[in-house]
Amino acid sequence: MIEIKQLTKLYKTKHQQVQAVDDISLNINKGEIFGVVGYSGAGKSTFIRLINRLEEPTSGTIKINDKDITTMAQSKLRKERQKFGMIFQHFNLLWSRTIYDNIAFPLEIAGVPKNKRKEKVLELINLVGLSGREKAYPSQLSGGQKQRVGIARALANDPDVLLCDEATSALDPETTDDILDLLVSINKKLGLTIILITHEMHVIQKICHRVAVMEKGKVVETGNVLEVFVKPQSKTTKRFVQQLNPLEQQQEAIQSFINSRDDSEVIKLHFIGNSTRRALISEISKKYDVDINILQGSISPTQEGAYGTLFFEINGQKDVIHDAIKYIQASGVEVEVLKHVE
Amino acid sequence: MLNDLFPNVKMDDMWEATRETFYMISISVIGTIIFGVLLGLLLFLTAQGNLWQNRWINGFVATIVNVFRAIPFIILILLLFPFTDFLIGTIRGWEAALPALIIGAAPFYARLVEIALKEVDKGVIEAAKAMGATGRTIIFKVLLPESMPALISGITVTAIALIGYIAIAGLIGAGGLGDLAYMQGFQRRDFDVVFACTIFIVVIVFIFQFIGDILSKTIDKR
Ligand SMILES: Nc1ncnc2c1ncn2[C@@H]1O[C@H](COP(=O)(O)OP(=O)(O)OP(=O)(O)O)[C@@H](O)[C@H]1O
Ligand SMILES: [Mg+2]
Repeated sequence: MIEIKQLTKLYKTKHQQVQAVDDISLNINKGEIFGVVGYSGAGKSTFIRLINRLEEPTSGTIKINDKDITTMAQSKLRKERQKFGMIFQHFNLLWSRTIYDNIAFPLEIAGVPKNKRKEKVLELINLVGLSGREKAYPSQLSGGQKQRVGIARALANDPDVLLCDEATSALDPETTDDILDLLVSINKKLGLTIILITHEMHVIQKICHRVAVMEKGKVVETGNVLEVFVKPQSKTTKRFVQQLNPLEQQQEAIQSFINSRDDSEVIKLHFIGNSTRRALISEISKKYDVDINILQGSISPTQEGAYGTLFFEINGQKDVIHDAIKYIQASGVEVEVLKHVE
Repeated sequence: MLNDLFPNVKMDDMWEATRETFYMISISVIGTIIFGVLLGLLLFLTAQGNLWQNRWINGFVATIVNVFRAIPFIILILLLFPFTDFLIGTIRGWEAALPALIIGAAPFYARLVEIALKEVDKGVIEAAKAMGATGRTIIFKVLLPESMPALISGITVTAIALIGYIAIAGLIGAGGLGDLAYMQGFQRRDFDVVFACTIFIVVIVFIFQFIGDILSKTIDKR
């Protein structure tokens, strides 16, 4: 639905040039939640602002439903922008307007007559759970409530795409979760395509279907959230994934269990999707003559299913252990036997 | 009692002068708002990185504003005599003071308007652009409403400066309280008249400050 080809943005200042976005090509499908993650200065904001041409690209094309945004005349572009809702880290509400009037603003811009506006605004206020607050001013709301107004405002003209630039970065963890839940429910209810920029991996984990990892203006990795999480390729991605998984940082603790004996192994399992639901460990301990000592485990839900890791120590005869590992592999779960590193 | 304290003050003259002063304030404030907001918007919008970015227009407007702000008011009145004569048909009376008052105050207010507009959150302007707003919508529905408290406190300051200008204009026959204080008070050595005029002017300043503060406070929802 959105086709981005060789998109580049070069900022020229007196003293230097910054390649903020460097040759990005991506396709974003209708109805998906697409995440872009990267460290500060990676070019994420520049990238998302290029999509609705708040920033003029240096080169490259952006097509939405086969319409080329990049060559569009200004007056046409203004109309086209109504198909993109946008929400911001700092909400960017008009403090001089009430909640009601803030949400009505994009409708005024689109030229919707007053009586039709009312119906739409009330419906949106209801959708984001702010009924009764329509006469309040933004300054009277909490951060989470302000972002709800931002979301309602972004949805006013029934957009096809919602662009979110660090929409939860100014919120506390609990409020972040509420706003993310709201985004997911909107995505499902309205079939809206969402492009979401963040530097927090758990936001990606919680709501995105696919993810692109950005570094120095380039996309260094892209794929399904589960795949990227379980098998991160680039160094940056690995660091992001580690942020999420506290176990990865506690590997030291596991080391003391690893030895070179044949009758004892430390095993790391990666569960993906439905395999997280299987009682694999109890199956093995019933089926094989081994003792299992669970060391650590974690499970993380994503939009595409859960994924988890489990560390355990398995004791028994060498060939029985071998068979048990074979059995686990056959069940589709990825197995890693941790070796003692000198 | 009042007659003992102010033996030479004639209340009829005082009210007449106050009325003239009020006319001058009202009309010059309205004129200053119109020209000041226009110039301020032009200064803001043509600046680097803004909606109508244009180095030449920006430089031109900034120069005009700076030059007129640099001219002391009493000299501005003298300089504008031919222009006033042409425009109003006379150089005497309170109407004749208006061109100088507006030309003196508008550049001052334009700078305050520019500062007020600069304070408007860039993110809000960006949000409006992202909604597909035209330049006109951004000016009238974002920039001006969002800077309204600062625009109002700016015009309060300017109005008070104008009251000072009006008193000066009185010295060369523009009517109003300044004129009364000079002609009937100072010239005839009737200092009670000067004193009475001063009290009236101070009260007028307080009234304007009070109205300005209340307006800017009630409108500010931040
Ligand atoms: N208007 C501009 N002029 C010059 N350079 C710019 C401009 N805007 C952004 N840049 C540069 O482009 C690079 C990418 O900036 P961008 O804001 O897109 O990063 P980001 O990934 O959104 O970072 P953050 O997480 O901090 O918001 C930075 O090096 C920044 O300095
Ligand atoms: Mg950013």
